[in-house]
Amino acid sequence: MRQSGAVSLPEPSRRDTRLDPYIDAYAERTHGLTVSAVRALFAVANRPEVVSLAGGMPNIADLPREALGRAVDRLIAERGTQAMQYGSGQGEPFMREKIVEVMAEEQIHAHADDIVVSCGSQQALDLVTRVFCDPGDVVLAEGPSYVGALGTFRAYQCQIVHVAMDDAGIDPVALRGALVSLKAAGKRVKFLYTIPNFQNPTGVTQTVERRRAIIEVAKEHDLLIIEDNPYGLLTLDAEPLPALRSMDADNVIYLGSFSKIFAPGYRVGWALAPHAVREKLVLTQEAATLCPPVFSQFAIATYLDEFDWRAQITIYRDMYRERRDAMLQGLTEHMLPGSTWTHPDGGFFVWVTLPEGLDSQAMLPRAVTARVAYTPGTAFYADGLGSRNMRLSFCFPTPERIYEGTRRLGEVLEQELEMHRTFGLGDEPTRHLDLSTGPAPDIS
Amino acid sequence: MNETPTHGPIVVLSGGLSHERDVSLRSGRRVAQALRDQGRDVVESDIGADLIELLRSLDNPVAFPLLHGGVGEDGGLQQVLSLLDVPYVGSEPSACRRSFNKAVGGPLIERAGLSRPRMAALPHDMFRELGAQAIMAALGERLGFPLIVKPARGGSALGCSKVDAPAGLAAAMVQAYSYGELAVVEEFIEGTEVAVTVVELDGEQIALPAVEIRPNSGIYDYTARYTAGETRFIVPATLGATAAKACADMAIGAHRVFGLRDLSRADIIVRPDGTPVFIETNVAPGMTETSLMPQAVEAAGYDFGLLCAQLVDNAWARHVTSA
Repeated sequence: MRQSGAVSLPEPSRRDTRLDPYIDAYAERTHGLTVSAVRALFAVANRPEVVSLAGGMPNIADLPREALGRAVDRLIAERGTQAMQYGSGQGEPFMREKIVEVMAEEQIHAHADDIVVSCGSQQALDLVTRVFCDPGDVVLAEGPSYVGALGTFRAYQCQIVHVAMDDAGIDPVALRGALVSLKAAGKRVKFLYTIPNFQNPTGVTQTVERRRAIIEVAKEHDLLIIEDNPYGLLTLDAEPLPALRSMDADNVIYLGSFSKIFAPGYRVGWALAPHAVREKLVLTQEAATLCPPVFSQFAIATYLDEFDWRAQITIYRDMYRERRDAMLQGLTEHMLPGSTWTHPDGGFFVWVTLPEGLDSQAMLPRAVTARVAYTPGTAFYADGLGSRNMRLSFCFPTPERIYEGTRRLGEVLEQELEMHRTFGLGDEPTRHLDLSTGPAPDIS
Repeated sequence: MNETPTHGPIVVLSGGLSHERDVSLRSGRRVAQALRDQGRDVVESDIGADLIELLRSLDNPVAFPLLHGGVGEDGGLQQVLSLLDVPYVGSEPSACRRSFNKAVGGPLIERAGLSRPRMAALPHDMFRELGAQAIMAALGERLGFPLIVKPARGGSALGCSKVDAPAGLAAAMVQAYSYGELAVVEEFIEGTEVAVTVVELDGEQIALPAVEIRPNSGIYDYTARYTAGETRFIVPATLGATAAKACADMAIGAHRVFGLRDLSRADIIVRPDGTPVFIETNVAPGMTETSLMPQAVEAAGYDFGLLCAQLVDNAWARHVTSA
């Protein structure tokens, strides 16, 4: 404490600061890393009073936790010195063998040597981007696309170009057109990033015909495909469709994950890549982390060995189906006329298109006040689209809370619409992606 | 200063459900750590339905409210603490209300001879019932452009817009009302943006050095406020001696007019001719790593933790005296 206790303070020496002594030292790629008001609003979404339809957290409450605990106890007692040691940069061989088994569920026939284990599939995407992309290189992605992937591409200073999609996935004609025009403009297109099953954020699944067409276009243009498939086995209404990798082993890097079919906290995912690429991914992985989490690999392999993991996926499917249905029912009952939304056959997400003039990001504070949260559509575009869209996730809250969340959301939309009418707004067309032509079908 | 504290745990209140929850949590963590560094017993509370139970479970607690906007600054939380007879750092409910409600506080400021922007505080119902276009036209005629539109119950520049022409007013109003039912429209004042913190120590109201705010983008919005590096701060502000004294007098004047206690932070714009214009006073100033008050405290040569501890001791002494 100041010693004098005087009321009039002596003039201190002037301090001129931006509160960050390294501000001029950061790499160019970090310049966009700032806090945002939208992110701040999500802090409220974590409170239990709020129905959060924003995040994509899997619901893992149904896992047999006591039995898992005993299995981990045994693992530490019997193989702890290996499980808690450094491991292979490529991932443990027994883990990669197990991953081959998991991928076979989606008709992918692979060899364990071609798998690189990663810290979640998010890190696999990071490694792939690091291996392929220089600043300014073009990455193609569905419009809209997974916000975490867009973040990775931005971190490597890629130019993200969205490819139009509809309710059957990427439009192959649009893909071909984008490739032609980008090449004509002298751009280097490095790969197409796609989530074929229950896409994040739209919930849309590429039809088999579309998959074939996309592979065809990619072959024509020597385009590498990055297939990200975290939700593929969480199909709710039908059998899984064949993965792109199962249709083209030479031209597809496949990214998989245990986060949705088991639990995300282990942080184990993988990349399945052609031999030459795999070698580079392993060296890059070693430079990044030395090795992926070894203890997690032991724990997951134990789970796959000792538990009926296929039955657990069935439990997950039943649980998510109930939640998906609650959301579609709630949307049918509570959405404003003129709103549309997708009807996902699996995964975690529904993509909503609001009536003309409404802006999902601008009305997020009102939603938070009403104790409901969602993710504004603009988060999923690199080019400013999506203001009339929002992503709703049905994975985590209970069906009752999901239904209540849609009720609150409906009220928020009505208030927002009334506000727009009061102030004479609502006539300005906004850019958005409407993937659905009407309200949900009767699912009761 | 060096007396052994006789109060119980210090309950740092932050978080809650306001739009500024994240900022509030960060303020709370910083103050809690600073108090712990002083050897104080601190309980951090993310306020919710269990707050009253928590306060009743503690012996002789002293609260340190750090909720920004809404119930943290309109006197609501302070009213609850008074009802529970829990001493707290900061202003009484009635003083908070005077400061927070611009319709009440504005005339008080003018009567005290302090300059402030021309402004209007309007509920959204008014626009619906009387016709938005007519009211917006009147606002434009009365206040001129550019003007500032902001939510009345909020801070951190959330929902705040500068409107340069009539065409942008409707969208700015809708944005402000997305944060609450009352919005403030005020004349835009061109000049140097400064913040002056007032603290009460040893019975004296002290204006700390003015912090000058120069956002890289030109707009002191949420990103500029809470991303280190996005704003340049100059302490003391590059004002002449006369203007600096006028700002200090204005901050203390507002503190007294509203009847505030312990601490406040006045946001002021200094016109090019050196005249300060009072924008608003915050009764629960931000205490994050990029906030203005901690910078002023440091520039004044105070230790932040010791200052927080003394404010707690003051609150406890008031409580003991009034018992």
